[in-house]
Amino acid sequence: MTETRVFFNFDVTADSHTLAAYRQRGGYQALEKVLKGMQPIDVENEVKASGLRGRGGAGFPTGMKWSFVNKQSPVIYLCCNADEGEPGTFKDRWIFENTSHQLIEGMIIASYALKVRHSFIYIRGEFDLPYRRLMEALKEAKEAGLVGEKILGTEFSCDIIVHQGGGAYVCGEESSLLTSIEGFKGYPKNKPPFPAVKGLYQKPTVINNVETLATIPWILANGGATYAAIGTEKCSGTKLFGVSGHVNRPGLFEKPMGYSYKKLIYEDCGGILGGKELKAVIPGGSSTPVLLPSEIETLTMDAEAVQAAGSMLGSGGVIVIAEGTCMVRLLQVLSRFYAHESCGQCTPCREGSAWMNDIITRISRGKGVKGDLERLECITKGIMGNTVCALGDAASMPVNGFLKKFRHEFEYFIEHGRSMYDGRLEI
Amino acid sequence: MSCLEEKFDQLRSVYPAEMNSSLVLPLLHLMLKEKGHLTESDAVFIAQYLDVPPMQVKEALTWYTMLYRQPVGKHVIKICRNIGCSLMGAERLIEYLERKLGIKEGETTADGRFTLLAVECLASCGTAPAMQIDDTYHEQLNESKIDQILKELS
Ligand SMILES: Cc1cc2nc3c(=O)[nH]c(=O)nc-3n(C[C@H](O)[C@H](O)[C@H](O)COP(=O)(O)O)c2cc1C
Ligand code: SF4
Repeated sequence: MTETRVFFNFDVTADSHTLAAYRQRGGYQALEKVLKGMQPIDVENEVKASGLRGRGGAGFPTGMKWSFVNKQSPVIYLCCNADEGEPGTFKDRWIFENTSHQLIEGMIIASYALKVRHSFIYIRGEFDLPYRRLMEALKEAKEAGLVGEKILGTEFSCDIIVHQGGGAYVCGEESSLLTSIEGFKGYPKNKPPFPAVKGLYQKPTVINNVETLATIPWILANGGATYAAIGTEKCSGTKLFGVSGHVNRPGLFEKPMGYSYKKLIYEDCGGILGGKELKAVIPGGSSTPVLLPSEIETLTMDAEAVQAAGSMLGSGGVIVIAEGTCMVRLLQVLSRFYAHESCGQCTPCREGSAWMNDIITRISRGKGVKGDLERLECITKGIMGNTVCALGDAASMPVNGFLKKFRHEFEYFIEHGRSMYDGRLEI
Repeated sequence: MSCLEEKFDQLRSVYPAEMNSSLVLPLLHLMLKEKGHLTESDAVFIAQYLDVPPMQVKEALTWYTMLYRQPVGKHVIKICRNIGCSLMGAERLIEYLERKLGIKEGETTADGRFTLLAVECLASCGTAPAMQIDDTYHEQLNESKIDQILKELS
């Protein structure tokens, strides 16, 4: 049986990203079907039936998120989160580069279901080719009457406005993203109120990840139940997984939820670089707690299974680490990142992420002192659950994970003033 | 600055009129492209054009890392130092670039040709190590590939 593909269902060629090519593979048929034959509530119900859960990291059911919006509000906004900044994640970029129209179609369908007149794509500022491909596709779509006034000759009109970010990881957090679109520095906001109630310019707003929205056309074309039949019971469909680090063939893979981590690493990616032993796997982007080889032995790639193993499916960025890597120096790379990206709004995150980075950096330079590991754990306790947004937790979880699973390496570094593994990150 | 204001007006037409304030970041990006780096007076200029508080634009200017507030070289090299690239040799390549250009990360060459910045994840983890020069991504790097890329730059 060939596996269902929502994304990898065409060969990438020099013009596979164009409107003509997208149409040839059935593109915009779902939009036609929706606009000419379905009520907005039918669309929402189909998405609910599909069991689709957000692909941005938190895995919130998409249909339910849409149902929180009061459709009687005079103005409702949709924002596509394309800030793709979680280290280890590189899937949204692929969608822009290769099938921007799929996202555009998904956004127009979602906008119809949500009664949105203006929708936004917040795309990370560094993206160049993805941005250009998106703008080309939007131009084609507008000229073809697929975006803008009276789409496909119906009464439905919707514009898509592309907003480029300014190089801040925290702007991927949904409330920060909205503040950023409003023209301010990207400080996240306390919730509630949730964006579905008070979002962009205080109007009800839905924020969805690129992959989430680009899945919508498939669901409407093939039916929610068909989508729900793929994957596991609680985690339906396929997902894009990006594998990076010490594997022979890193890259992006589309797999049904519930696929095996081991198969992904050893079969799809051709095993560990240089035939080395596996040391650790970060299963869902840099913020998710690290797992040991024994923990991924039978682990499947779905939210429930990974959570039961003590980590998270997150954004689907699988980072593979081979035997011989210095985990102390690797954690320093992450702690430096979070300290750099803390927006500075809440004290526990601003000070705590900087203190953690100072301590881990000191250890990784052979200057660690007794009590440092306890100090780190104490700081993570002070941060977690005490901040405005989840970046504080994201900064703390890797520290706790590394200390729990590789404590001996940190103790060795502090005691001997040097790495157990020559400080190596590259294998 | 009339030519600049024309470009400003063009951008303004993209956003619904009630979203005037949303233009802060797009206008800062636009101005950065024109000028290379931005100063406080640029922020004030934008604030006046949009009729928003100057402090709002100044805060944005100092908060977003892509907005340079110091002169940069003709080419800006942003090399990723995050986890995916580190596992594939980013540290070695950063050192290589530092030696090759004779500057430290964060500095600009004396002839003003290159600024070298070590940055966070560029979403190139599957094609690491990666760097971005000006707008263009370069991936699966090694020393000789870097030599070649720099040689081809004007
Ligand atoms: C610090 C931080 C960074 C985030 N970055 C992203 C991101 O780059 N892209 C994304 O889609 N979601 C990101 N999220 C998750 C969003 O807040 C939000 O949950 C998501 O965009 C919702 O879309 P979904 O329901 O389709 O997943 C981030 C969250 C946090 C706390
Ligand atoms: S947790 Fe950190 S990033 Fe989030 S709002 Fe607070 S200081 Fe800013």
